[in-house]
Amino acid sequence: MDRPDTHLQYAVNKLQVALVGNPNSGKSTLFNALTGLNQRTGNFPGVTVDKKTGLVKIRAGQGFPAQEITFVDLPGTYSLYPKSLDEEVTFDVLCDPANPDYPDCTVVVADASNIKRNLFLVTQLIELRRPVVLVLNMIDIMEQHGITINREKLSAALGIPVVATNARKKEGLAELKALLSGPVRISDKLFFKEVPEEDLVTALNKLLPQPLSSAYGVWQLLNNYAHFSSLKTDAQAAVRQLCVSHGFDATAFQARESVARFEVIGKLVDDCVEKVDKVRSSRTRKIDRVLTHPVWGYVIFLGVLFLLFQAIFFLAAYPMQWIESLFTLISSWSSHHLPPGELSALLVNGILAGLSGVVVFVPQIALLFAFIAILEDTGYMARVSFIMDKLMRKFGLNGKSVIPLISGVACAVPAIMSTRTISNWKERMITILVTPLMSCSARLPVYTLLISLVVPTDKKIIFFNMQGLALMIMYLIGFFAALFSAWIMKFILKAKEKSYFIMELPVYRMPKWSSVFYTIFDKVKVFLFDAGKVIIAISVILWVLSSHAPGKRFEEIDRRFQAEAIKAPGVDLEPAMAAAKLEASYAGIIGKSIEPAIRPLGYDWKIGIALITSFAAREVFVGTMATIYSVGDKENTRSIREKMMAERDPATGALVYSLPVALSLMIFYAFAMQCMSTLAVVYRETKNWKWPLIQFFYMGILAYVSSFAVYHLFK
Amino acid sequence: MVHTVNKLSELRIGEMAVIDSFTDPVMSLKLLEMGCTPGERVELVKIAPMGDPIAISVSGYLLSLRKAEASTVLIHLITS
Repeated sequence: MDRPDTHLQYAVNKLQVALVGNPNSGKSTLFNALTGLNQRTGNFPGVTVDKKTGLVKIRAGQGFPAQEITFVDLPGTYSLYPKSLDEEVTFDVLCDPANPDYPDCTVVVADASNIKRNLFLVTQLIELRRPVVLVLNMIDIMEQHGITINREKLSAALGIPVVATNARKKEGLAELKALLSGPVRISDKLFFKEVPEEDLVTALNKLLPQPLSSAYGVWQLLNNYAHFSSLKTDAQAAVRQLCVSHGFDATAFQARESVARFEVIGKLVDDCVEKVDKVRSSRTRKIDRVLTHPVWGYVIFLGVLFLLFQAIFFLAAYPMQWIESLFTLISSWSSHHLPPGELSALLVNGILAGLSGVVVFVPQIALLFAFIAILEDTGYMARVSFIMDKLMRKFGLNGKSVIPLISGVACAVPAIMSTRTISNWKERMITILVTPLMSCSARLPVYTLLISLVVPTDKKIIFFNMQGLALMIMYLIGFFAALFSAWIMKFILKAKEKSYFIMELPVYRMPKWSSVFYTIFDKVKVFLFDAGKVIIAISVILWVLSSHAPGKRFEEIDRRFQAEAIKAPGVDLEPAMAAAKLEASYAGIIGKSIEPAIRPLGYDWKIGIALITSFAAREVFVGTMATIYSVGDKENTRSIREKMMAERDPATGALVYSLPVALSLMIFYAFAMQCMSTLAVVYRETKNWKWPLIQFFYMGILAYVSSFAVYHLFK
Repeated sequence: MVHTVNKLSELRIGEMAVIDSFTDPVMSLKLLEMGCTPGERVELVKIAPMGDPIAISVSGYLLSLRKAEASTVLIHLITS
């Protein structure tokens, strides 16, 4: 009889468990069900792959102490031979003992209705002679397909414990947790019968700090030595030498192993799995007939895109307004209650304003990711890829690139975050780099203002309003610029890995709403803490530049306007004073100094200042214009328009905002990278400043050249 | 004209075949680990509206791949 070991009850056993499995096996649902909100997203060092870890605490029980299990959700993979950056991470964690996340036990989550394919990875892991547990997930779907698995037979054949779960209904989790709380026996079963030569093993062990503990481990090292991050370059070179001298051909070996393994697995499955011959997944096939239909497929897809756009554009607008109002409230309360001075100004106008600029993105990010999570969870996302792949490939993009591109019409920030679904590095990078060319909602106020300056309201072409037409043309220009840039990058960017389209089309199922919730929670958290820091920092810098001037210029301006106020009492001199201060500030100085560079585009230094302040966010253009032209009411675009239309060049007397200038400026805003939030997110997604910089410069050059051409074309 | 089929990319919808071998060693590894092993039965279920990619039924699930990828798989037709 088990006597509870009293001293064990006070100790806490810390366990590291890795969750692996094929894509679409419900691994993440299981992870969420186990860890709930106790999960965090971190980083795998050196790669742009998110590391999701979660903590599960189990109380002490009969014969085992309390447990603290850290689950690591690893990227999905089909085998221990990595074929993508994601899979390399999984491989390194599972196979390299020097990896900081090397698990004490590996839980393989398998799609129970697809057991044969899933067992490939399982048998590989078993042969590494470490604790492995098999979880047969989605048993409800398995039963729908008329499949029954004899768990005891399977467990005996594999030599490891087998648990059945329905992660969505949280069934089977208790059994899994109990299993992990005790010792998990290591299997001694062999599935792949080839044994490495003795002298090869001895030679290899000499190169390693610790001898290899399994025969399959030897084969793994010979095949994948380049992927072991802890093996130094000279050790790797030595292994390569051994391969050459022993005539080891990795490709031929892996092919042999795959065929041999599946033969053994096939027999095992015949033994343990029964299938009643139902017409397989007829529901999925019926739905597919519509969703991948040559006509209806695209119509429905356009409908989905339309819904997505409406959600990010219109639905998100309400909470965004509330957030803005909230921050306005906080900032006015602060300016009333805080002692006047530099620090308060920094806090209110610099930091608080920057913070509001970050938090205001939350509704859009939340909605976009809810949408995407639902599309992925139901299985529809794979179909999107399926019907759009051929077209997108022509531009170096992926079928899945359509979602970020369309989302970019609302806002590039969540759009770029959503490129995570594209597994191919090159296709993902191109998508990230060109998405900001899609005219985002921040450009709308700029377009509206400039169009109203030069395009008459009443004129029509056929029955299309000219102003509306002009707006639509701007959107189309952005779209074609994105496609064209993508096409060019297709030839410039080098592919880091072989591009496979090969992917499973999963069975359709209802989305798991709690998974959707966790995804939103996760993405928003990542955005707020990672991109948020950068955005606030740049906000503060821009604020400092536009509200400080060298020497005593501001004091001089104050004195000048005080004198003016005495001369003309009752006149509102605030706007004029603000304009004077902006001109005198560092931002104004920079604007004036770049004037020679922007003259060829038709711009003067006042526009120059606006270009600088617009770097915070494009829509700041309107507010800056209002300030520069001393328009007191910043919201009243009519009065800003009137001032701008009347503005004349002091030297030549010509209209500043003529047609060529307005068009040139619109094109500049269409193409230039003027959004620090986007750059912050690109940095976060690529974990490298190189890419935001490349984006800034290529878009800047595109903007400059195009504006130059347009200006001179229309002059 | 007899419709000769040697490659997976040449299958017509509804036709069933058995995998014989692969012409691209590196590509074959990806297909193998997904369960497309010699001797395995496949059926062409769908072709995407633009003609590419295709979806086959193999090893109990639906797999989609580009025609270029499918052309590296040598097969022979079987009558179901």
